[in-house]
Amino acid sequence: MENIQTPEYAIETKNLFIFYGSFPAVSEVNMRIEKQKVTAIIGPSGCGKSTLLRAFNRMNDFVPSSYVTGEILLQGQNLYGKDIDPVEVRRKIGMVFQKPNPFPKSIYENISWGAKINGFKGNMDELVEQSLRGAALWEEVKDKLKKSAYELSGGQQQRLCIARTIAIQPEIILMDEPASALDPISTLRIEELMQELKQNYTIIIVTHNMQQAARVSDYTAMMMLEKDGSRSGTVIEFSETKKIFTNPKDKRTEDYVTGRFG
Amino acid sequence: MNPNRDHYPKGEALHRSLSRRYRSASIWQTLFFSALVIAILSLAALLYNVVDGAFGYVAFEYKNDPSEFTSKALDDLNKQELLDILTTNLSSGAFKKLDNEKAMEKRSKSDLYTLVLERLIQIDTKQTWSMTDSIFRSSEIKAEVAKKYPDAKLEFRSWLTPVFLTTPMSSKAEFAGVRTAILGSLWMVGIAILFALPIGTGAAIYLQEYASKNFLNRVIQTNINNLAGVPSIVYGMLGLAIFVRALEPFTSGSMFGVTDSNGRTILSAGLTMGTLVLPLIIINAQEAIKAVPDSLRQAAFGVGATRWQTVWHHVLPNALPGILTGSILAVSRAIGETAPLIVVGASTFISLDPEGPFSKFTALPIQIYQWTTRAQSEFHSIAASAIIVLLILLLSLNATAVLLRNRVQRKY
Amino acid sequence: MKQENTIMENKIFRPLDLKKKMRPAESIIQSLLFISGVLSIFITVAIVYELGKEALLFFNNPDVTFAKFFGTTQWQPGIGLFGIWPLVTSTLVTSFIAMFVSLPLGLAAALFLSEYASPKARSALKPILEILAGIPTVVYGYFALLFMTPLLQKIFGDGVEVYNMLSAGIVMGIMILPLISSMSEDALSAVPRALREGAYAMGATKFETSIQVVLPAALSGIGAALIIGISRAVGETMIVAVAAGSGPNFTFNPFKAAETMTGHIARISGGDLSYNSIDYNSLFAIALMLFLVTLVLNLISQGIINRFRQRYE
Ligand SMILES: Nc1ncnc2c1ncn2[C@@H]1O[C@H](COP(=O)(O)OP(=O)(O)OP(=O)(O)O)[C@@H](O)[C@H]1O
Ligand SMILES: [Mg+2]
Repeated sequence: MENIQTPEYAIETKNLFIFYGSFPAVSEVNMRIEKQKVTAIIGPSGCGKSTLLRAFNRMNDFVPSSYVTGEILLQGQNLYGKDIDPVEVRRKIGMVFQKPNPFPKSIYENISWGAKINGFKGNMDELVEQSLRGAALWEEVKDKLKKSAYELSGGQQQRLCIARTIAIQPEIILMDEPASALDPISTLRIEELMQELKQNYTIIIVTHNMQQAARVSDYTAMMMLEKDGSRSGTVIEFSETKKIFTNPKDKRTEDYVTGRFG
Repeated sequence: MNPNRDHYPKGEALHRSLSRRYRSASIWQTLFFSALVIAILSLAALLYNVVDGAFGYVAFEYKNDPSEFTSKALDDLNKQELLDILTTNLSSGAFKKLDNEKAMEKRSKSDLYTLVLERLIQIDTKQTWSMTDSIFRSSEIKAEVAKKYPDAKLEFRSWLTPVFLTTPMSSKAEFAGVRTAILGSLWMVGIAILFALPIGTGAAIYLQEYASKNFLNRVIQTNINNLAGVPSIVYGMLGLAIFVRALEPFTSGSMFGVTDSNGRTILSAGLTMGTLVLPLIIINAQEAIKAVPDSLRQAAFGVGATRWQTVWHHVLPNALPGILTGSILAVSRAIGETAPLIVVGASTFISLDPEGPFSKFTALPIQIYQWTTRAQSEFHSIAASAIIVLLILLLSLNATAVLLRNRVQRKY
Repeated sequence: MKQENTIMENKIFRPLDLKKKMRPAESIIQSLLFISGVLSIFITVAIVYELGKEALLFFNNPDVTFAKFFGTTQWQPGIGLFGIWPLVTSTLVTSFIAMFVSLPLGLAAALFLSEYASPKARSALKPILEILAGIPTVVYGYFALLFMTPLLQKIFGDGVEVYNMLSAGIVMGIMILPLISSMSEDALSAVPRALREGAYAMGATKFETSIQVVLPAALSGIGAALIIGISRAVGETMIVAVAAGSGPNFTFNPFKAAETMTGHIARISGGDLSYNSIDYNSLFAIALMLFLVTLVLNLISQGIINRFRQRYE
């Protein structure tokens, strides 16, 4: 009964370590991610940002050597608990990847498929339209819903991936460098989209773009390799974005966000 | 937009729908797996079927009673006694002929024993049974034999024996062996590889190391891939038209003074088979050459080597294990191929060892084909034995190839 | 010592010369390699020429008309019956049965191996398929005649003839299964990881991902496997020569004996055949048809595979 948690947190990690074989890619992460806010994870390449993000919806299960210790709690339930079904976890925590990866199906089916397999009972056309509107794509594709998703531009494909994620109406949306393969205008649209989406969803985004983090996020987690030479990454500072960018506690954070890093 | 989560199953319903999804998934997974089970069962059935045919009861009668030739039991005779029996009972002409093939004194005891059975006592096989029947219906079989063939003896026999490997063809299944067939297969494969390996490796080197990406080279590549898919019997027809017929003076050996042969020789068969495995060898050699890292070539060019020097000193030595693996696979393909040999005219009844490329010949799969299509069950038994020989041969070849491949893999 | 001298000389006295040099040995080797490469084209040309020449002789025979060839259903060139259909229908029936067996089984095996099997299970199961693929077809012929046919007779009763197309077709399917399975597996594993992850991230189960996302994405590769499989079945000789029957027979009944195109070539050419007879020429006409059919199938399949590769690169 200790499971009843303070409800304002979307996700909470406790003493989280993530291993690839014997290599601890991420060590000792303790953070509480707020509901209906955008949280950015920043840090140098290879420090474990993607690893941490993928741990949140158990995508790391597909790397056979990987495992975690510690806890990731969603509404008080440990995502890595014995009786937890990873499929249900992913149903609640959607993900948008770095490179757009639409299915080789029509635009319509890209969205309806996830809904269908998850037992959606409502009006499918409505859902497709709603989701596409939600991803700010409706106006551009409403006349070619039956066309292959591969005919869209990269930026449109990425918004389609966001649309298909919100179609299954998860609680949390994870985004791993969602705009890194896109041009500035598409990037801007995705950033605007995030601002809208956070009214209803909790968003966690990994980005290499400091300005982007500063623009879109409410909270920022700064990750770094640990100083002890283990090449293992950890969260060295986690607080409001404003604070990270104007008044960081950690010297390394300051160096990184002001571009003096390395 | 306000997400409306009501349309998705929740709580208990979600659990139920999920477990339904899982259930159908596991049913399908079982179905997928059962395809592999069927494959395994087929393989098991095939092997069992072959072994089942190669051992079992055989009911036979002696045309001439052994007591006409000796007072002792046949199995107790020593070599000299067997020889004496042959000397006294065979016509002198028949004895001389056998002596010419191989000196009688030099023959082994089991060889002589076979001769006594084959030439003097003369076995007449009445019926054979599979191994399974022989084991599980032993008493029924005995009763059946006693009724149907009162004079016959019943014996549990292994059709696959050392003698089977070393005796030539015979028109009687009991005395037939695969010696000539094995030798014919070896000759044929030897010629095929001698022909295809250098040309195939050369073509692979050309395509990987020299060819630019122009139209001709693309045609060559596509063409090779297509040749690999041409039915083997079409190669047989090609061999028949070109090697057997058009090049008859060469393949029959008449160009070289050999007179007693037409174009249906080991040489024609070997060249036909070489043509058949050529695309296979090229494709495998290309893979092996592709696997040699580019840094090696650059290093060689960097110290001023010409292209051929680079290929000869660096690329080929590193690709060699792969090329050899490919040729072993080609050899096993050639050994098992039957259709082209039928078309180019392998003889089915040859009891003399092949002497050279201009001999008529038979081959292991040809014998299997012949014996399988005979009606009498004793021929099925020796077909099964020949299949076992063929499969063991192929298995050892492939094991060699796997070992070679593993050694290559360890290197990079 | 001597060698050192020449090196020194080179350094000191030879003027720098970067012009192209004639390297006769290199050119000779290169030409030899080129000839080896071109030989394969020569083989194709020889096949087309030789088969075409004899086939032409066959079709130029005044007794042979296209109307007879495609319009009648009896094939006995020796006595002037030139209807090709009995050989074609039996080829179609056996190939169809073979694909009916090998496509679902091969595809299911590929799905299991690429999507479900643990690495350990894979390394245990794949060699079994490789062994099946390495067994000579004449051995499959033995298996068809002496195992499958008796089995079918037990199941379906006396309607099954000693030689029949069903048994040959089923065993041919088993023979082709490893080919279909390994080509399909290649196609399935060529589907990018990102696509699977996209599906998983939406709460799809492993099964839903592999059937509804990976399988459709690999469909063209699987189509290529199917086509290659058909080409194999059409060209396969020994199984049908041993088990399908030895005499042209115009029938679609799989329980009946009927000789296929390949089986017919094997039987007729196996005897003593005189070179300038109509029988001899007719075999080449059949072989030419076989060659063209398999060539077209192989080309289509290769085209599909190339397109498929480009898509995901
Ligand atoms: N599948 C894997 N198997 C083994 N090690 C891995 C695997 N994926 C990542 N790693 C290792 O884990 C560490 C963290 O990788 P991760 O991809 O999480 O970094 P990242 O912070 O996302 O980097 P980037 O900014 O470049 O995307 C790296 O040292 C990487 O080598
Ligand atoms: Mg990353």
